[in-house]
Amino acid sequence: MAEKTVPATVSNGGSNGGQTNGGNREMTRASERYAPPPVDIYETPNSLVLLADMPGVPKENLEVRVDQNTLTIQGKAQHLVKGEPIYREIELTGFFRQFEISEEIATDKINAELKYGVLSLNLPKSEKAKPKKIDVKVS
Amino acid sequence: MNQSPAVDEVEMLHREIDRAFDDFLPMEPFLRKAFLPGRLARAYPLINLHGDKDNLYVEAVAPGIDPESLNLTVVRNDLTISGEKKRLPGDIKPEMFHREERATGKFVRTITLPVEIDDNKISAEYKNGLILITMPKSEKAKPKQIQVQVS
Repeated sequence: MAEKTVPATVSNGGSNGGQTNGGNREMTRASERYAPPPVDIYETPNSLVLLADMPGVPKENLEVRVDQNTLTIQGKAQHLVKGEPIYREIELTGFFRQFEISEEIATDKINAELKYGVLSLNLPKSEKAKPKKIDVKVS
Repeated sequence: MNQSPAVDEVEMLHREIDRAFDDFLPMEPFLRKAFLPGRLARAYPLINLHGDKDNLYVEAVAPGIDPESLNLTVVRNDLTISGEKKRLPGDIKPEMFHREERATGKFVRTITLPVEIDDNKISAEYKNGLILITMPKSEKAKPKQIQVQVS
């Protein structure tokens, strides 16, 4: 599963990477900015499993789509804390990440679940990609 | 006025260092925090502290925590959040991993709150990977209106 995230996705103020405009050193950013969520991807005999940490993203703000061979994970995080800010360490942004998936994934059977801010995707392998056991006959 | 005890000297120094590194590590702040284990050990989960007239609110960003393991304690002004983010089941062989970026493990963090709170009425919720804690201020800490007599 190759990374496919386009570096500067949806950003109004400059590119994603180099925050070169020295004045903006705060961790706050415009709502249009996106960060790639950290992921774990592992393989089981029948499928690929992807786990992505997406804190603050409610189900209705999450979008998982497969377009041709590109898997896109996108979500908009929401702060739930009430009141006036006293001290802030983290600004939740949107999440955006893309992966290139091979044709060996049965894209119509992808299963997604969101629990405790973690997205789990189950990407089943198509029949022909599953490992086959070959019996060795002893004669 | 804006000075909160949560930002102590050491924290300020850490921030200075982080800022100095900002120019060299052009990554998103969220990811940068998630990737450097030393920093993660220093402050996890990251929190936002809010407040109004009656309550203090803490929002801690901690996705994928087993809610059973979450533990909140308050001693005077110190709020301690501890818990464990479970590793993936051990039966996955290392060679089966394509990517392993999510941090796991036990954590503990203590935050010194700026005012005294009523520790009998604290409530907490775990939603979308955010720990949301509501702490009523103790009566002593609430602002009192004082009438000014005009003579």
